[in-house]
Amino acid sequence: MNPQMLDLLLQSFWETCYMVFVSTAISTLIGIPLGVILTVTRKNHILPNPTINQVLGVIVNATRSTPFIILMVAIIPLTRLIVGTSIGTTAAIVPLTISAAPFIARIIEGNLLEINPGIIEAAQSMGASPMQIITKVLLPEAMHSIVLGVTLAIVSLIGYSAMAGTLGGGGLGDLAIRYGYQRFQPDVMIATVIVLIIMVQAMQSLGDHVSKKLNKNKL
Amino acid sequence: MIKLVNVEKTYYSKAGDIHALKTTNIEINQGEIFGIIGLSGAGKSTLVRCINMLEKPTAGQVYVDGQELTSMSDAQLRKARQNIGMIFQHFNLLTSRTVAQNIAFPLEIQGKSKAEIDKRVKEMLELVQLEDRGDYYPSQLSGGQKQRVGIARALASNPKVLLCDEATSALDPQTTQSILQLLKDINEKLHLTIVMITHQMEVVKTVCDRVAVIENGIIIEEGNMVDIFSNPQHPTTKEFTKTVTGDIPDAIKRKKLSPTYTEGSSLLAQLTFIGDSADEPVVSGLIKRFDVEVSILFGNISELKNTPYGTLIVEIEGDHAAIDKALQYLKERDLKLEVLGYESANA
Repeated sequence: MNPQMLDLLLQSFWETCYMVFVSTAISTLIGIPLGVILTVTRKNHILPNPTINQVLGVIVNATRSTPFIILMVAIIPLTRLIVGTSIGTTAAIVPLTISAAPFIARIIEGNLLEINPGIIEAAQSMGASPMQIITKVLLPEAMHSIVLGVTLAIVSLIGYSAMAGTLGGGGLGDLAIRYGYQRFQPDVMIATVIVLIIMVQAMQSLGDHVSKKLNKNKL
Repeated sequence: MIKLVNVEKTYYSKAGDIHALKTTNIEINQGEIFGIIGLSGAGKSTLVRCINMLEKPTAGQVYVDGQELTSMSDAQLRKARQNIGMIFQHFNLLTSRTVAQNIAFPLEIQGKSKAEIDKRVKEMLELVQLEDRGDYYPSQLSGGQKQRVGIARALASNPKVLLCDEATSALDPQTTQSILQLLKDINEKLHLTIVMITHQMEVVKTVCDRVAVIENGIIIEEGNMVDIFSNPQHPTTKEFTKTVTGDIPDAIKRKKLSPTYTEGSSLLAQLTFIGDSADEPVVSGLIKRFDVEVSILFGNISELKNTPYGTLIVEIEGDHAAIDKALQYLKERDLKLEVLGYESANA
């Protein structure tokens, strides 16, 4: 591979990093409150509200059941509204975020539901308000599993970002398609795949490590 | 201190309503340890949760420290709950917090200052004898230590009442005793009102002043602990008390006894001694005064909180007049006498 190709690979790598991390950050910021609401509004939880729970549930399910490639095309007008264009790396962040946020929300919901209800009851018996239970009990107790959930989301986003590349989003996926596939350069294809594998491995190891540090339950 | 007036709790479901608690009236005095004993599903957990409104009663009023909890708004109720500590069977500690941070939790909720929290946490660690475990996580502690943290956490905000929901049921007998001792000490030292839910009669026997027996959502018997033990009325209560006072051995139960005296038969009687009467030399008194032979078939001595309690089954042999006199003598003593019957000599 010539130096020019290496430059291109490096540039694509940064584009992927940019897309993945910005969309992870935003979708986590959306996903956490969404996951919390999905949990606490359940029947028998601390703020039961079947209406909110069902409406949000339907929205989340609808987003999650739409294939990413279709979602990406379908929300082009929204993307244009938010970032001003529907092409490019920044533009790809919008569909990536919209598909990852409900995913993270569902994972967080699962994590929060796994907390021993006795701990929530104990907090209630001490006079904790629902907000205090969320911030001081639910989120800290589930944090180690939330980290694993977000790691899972990052890995999926690395995959989705390759698809976003086909719509002019740039990144490693785009590079692999344009050079590796369309220009018959298998070395580029292999190089991008290796970089992607290393990225996923690194993210997973980091996530596992942080989660283990946070988990005080099994010392 | 705690008053439940006509409290009821019904769970409504499509499969049919469940009356977990039928019309219940209880009054618990300031500074006493009140036991509520019942089998699983009797409604005792529901009952204790009605006291701090973790379960909202479907009818009736709950008063704690003069305040009616049943008419309060959520915010008022949260404030009131700060006066009612609670400990649980499975401790329910926050796993992501250290021991010290767990104890700090109720104080954080109340928005206390850092300095105040640190001071209080230190006091509480001393109270439960875990001074050197402040930085440990719950997963590093034994069951007994976890319950001590639970107690420290429940008492951190200086409550007037402590509710214990099967607090010793997950602990081994030795640890159970040390936790009960701690609760007893705290009760005496802080003059705290304690409500204990349990299915272990052993617990009631060791710490409770008064006790209520609950079955199928109804309080079937209530009273002074020693009275309940020495004179249980309801069959369920009798079953419970037997676990501590000791049941009559089968060998005695199997004996064919007649209710009346026949020539040459001997009298079998059960004597129950409570408190100071347990020190009285009744058996030697019998032998000295009357022309009878006394043999002890069965004996059991235990302690109810601080009251000695003993059971004896004796066989009294002699002629009819001597046995009658002996019986009269026993009736006049400060003990509970139950005539089991007469065993004929040739049996």
